[in-house]
Amino acid sequence: MNIAYSTELICFLILSAVVVSGSLAVVLLENIVYSAFLLGGVFMAVAGLYLLLNASFVAAAQILVYVGAVNVLILFAIMLVNNKEKLKPIEGLRTRKFISGGVCGGLLILLLRVNITTKWNLPGPTSIGEEATERIGEHLFTDYLLPFELASILLLMAMIGAIVLARREVSIPTGDINDLKNKKSLSDKKIPLLSENSLK
Amino acid sequence: MNSGIDLEMSFTQGVQNLGLSHELAHLLWIPLPMLLVLVSAVIGVLVTVWLERKISAAAQQRIGPEYAGALGILQPMADGLKLLVKEDIIPARADSVLFTVGPILVLVPVILSWLIVPFGQNLLISNVGIGIFLWIALSSIQPIGLLMSGYSSNNKYSLLGGLRAAAQSISYEIPLALAVLAIVMMSNSLSTVDIVEQQNTAGFLSWNIWRQPVGFIIFWICALAECERLPFDLPEAEEELVAGYQTEYAGMKFALFYLAGYINLVLSALLVSVLYLGGWGFPISIDWFSSLIGLSIDNPLVQIIAASLGIVMTILKAYLLVFLAILLRWTTPRVRIDQLLDLGWKFLLPISLVNLLVTASLKLAFPMTFGG
Repeated sequence: MNIAYSTELICFLILSAVVVSGSLAVVLLENIVYSAFLLGGVFMAVAGLYLLLNASFVAAAQILVYVGAVNVLILFAIMLVNNKEKLKPIEGLRTRKFISGGVCGGLLILLLRVNITTKWNLPGPTSIGEEATERIGEHLFTDYLLPFELASILLLMAMIGAIVLARREVSIPTGDINDLKNKKSLSDKKIPLLSENSLK
Repeated sequence: MNSGIDLEMSFTQGVQNLGLSHELAHLLWIPLPMLLVLVSAVIGVLVTVWLERKISAAAQQRIGPEYAGALGILQPMADGLKLLVKEDIIPARADSVLFTVGPILVLVPVILSWLIVPFGQNLLISNVGIGIFLWIALSSIQPIGLLMSGYSSNNKYSLLGGLRAAAQSISYEIPLALAVLAIVMMSNSLSTVDIVEQQNTAGFLSWNIWRQPVGFIIFWICALAECERLPFDLPEAEEELVAGYQTEYAGMKFALFYLAGYINLVLSALLVSVLYLGGWGFPISIDWFSSLIGLSIDNPLVQIIAASLGIVMTILKAYLLVFLAILLRWTTPRVRIDQLLDLGWKFLLPISLVNLLVTASLKLAFPMTFGG
């Protein structure tokens, strides 16, 4: 057991502990802002696991896409609409929790079964290290071209959808602006992107 | 290709001669360059703060710091000491955990990015294959720290500042990455060392700035925006937001933001010099020069002179850019938030896409000049 191997083992144990406890906390914490920040931490720990597998490009891409874009946008959305309002109690919460817990447990058992019954090819293929970046590029533009293009079309559709939703035109009657009686009704017709709740 | 001076090799050799194992020697080596780079980053910040004070004074026809040391050169030290001994206040209704973690998350990625800045062929912490991509990925962590500190301060100005910082940094990251991509396409590598080497074939004529003038301007604008420097300092716009996400911070936590801002500025300037201005390269090719005076490039004397010249050149180029950034800060007005986002999304993004397309086609048409 040399220094390099033990360092790797310790790093692996720490990272896996962070991933498992972090993801549990993301689901179980009451405060949604904490959940969102912890999600970023979990993404970073996953990137660390990729680094341990010598996949530095995938690790950097993981940080760039998941931490830098997805998580920041989640936080952005939470902070724009976070008005610290108590949520209404939902009817039949106990049965709902029971059902979702059952579904998750079933999924876990299924995955465990797959994990145990599959014959894993150990040790796996040797990593190609720095060459991986070129290899990923080659694969993306040859045999995985169709899924790659489909993903970009999906993103384009999402983007157009977001623009359509955000720029929905609301017709405001122009003559009533000076009418004090109508002021209340005017403020109700605000553009939905920034509703009154988010401005509090 | 010559290997240049390899300090790591000589260090591990020396330690092994003392009777330690190779692994232990390597372990002893690892913290040394990190410490060196950390110290040089902090010294770089002190110099930049002094420059900022002096140049802003000159721009406003004042004298600036005068009494702390000759020409006020110790003023940044005094600033740092003051921040160090100030009381560390956490507002009563703030979220103390997030409030503390926020500044750390802002500073750490910036310092980690120094990993890839080369001062010479072997004078960098680690020549990682993904080089410049690592910097782009790391700099995308920063907005999370800003959002965190903005949210946890429990202050509407802070929250607005944090949101602005995140919006700004997401918008300008895309043109920045596209400008870098054009460079990467020309040098066929993400590694900063390869990018510099590919520029140093014929002195200053082979620098990337001549082949990527548009990319250079895009990168510089985006780097200024990422550093939140005027004209893009909206997240901390004093007149509107008090001090943005820093409003509630005092003492050392504030100093962390301050440090992160300046380290980021110096880092951006260094990366501009690496990507566009030939990094450690001297304006005249060293190979040609040494053959002129009849010395081999492998001569130890030539090697040492070339290495120290390389460090001086990198720092000189970077500080010229820092000077430019400071001059810009004290002479330009701030843009509005809508102008900022318009500039990012409707101008820089299309231009950088076109730049990438033109670079790709030029690479196909003239593989000799644009890296085949």
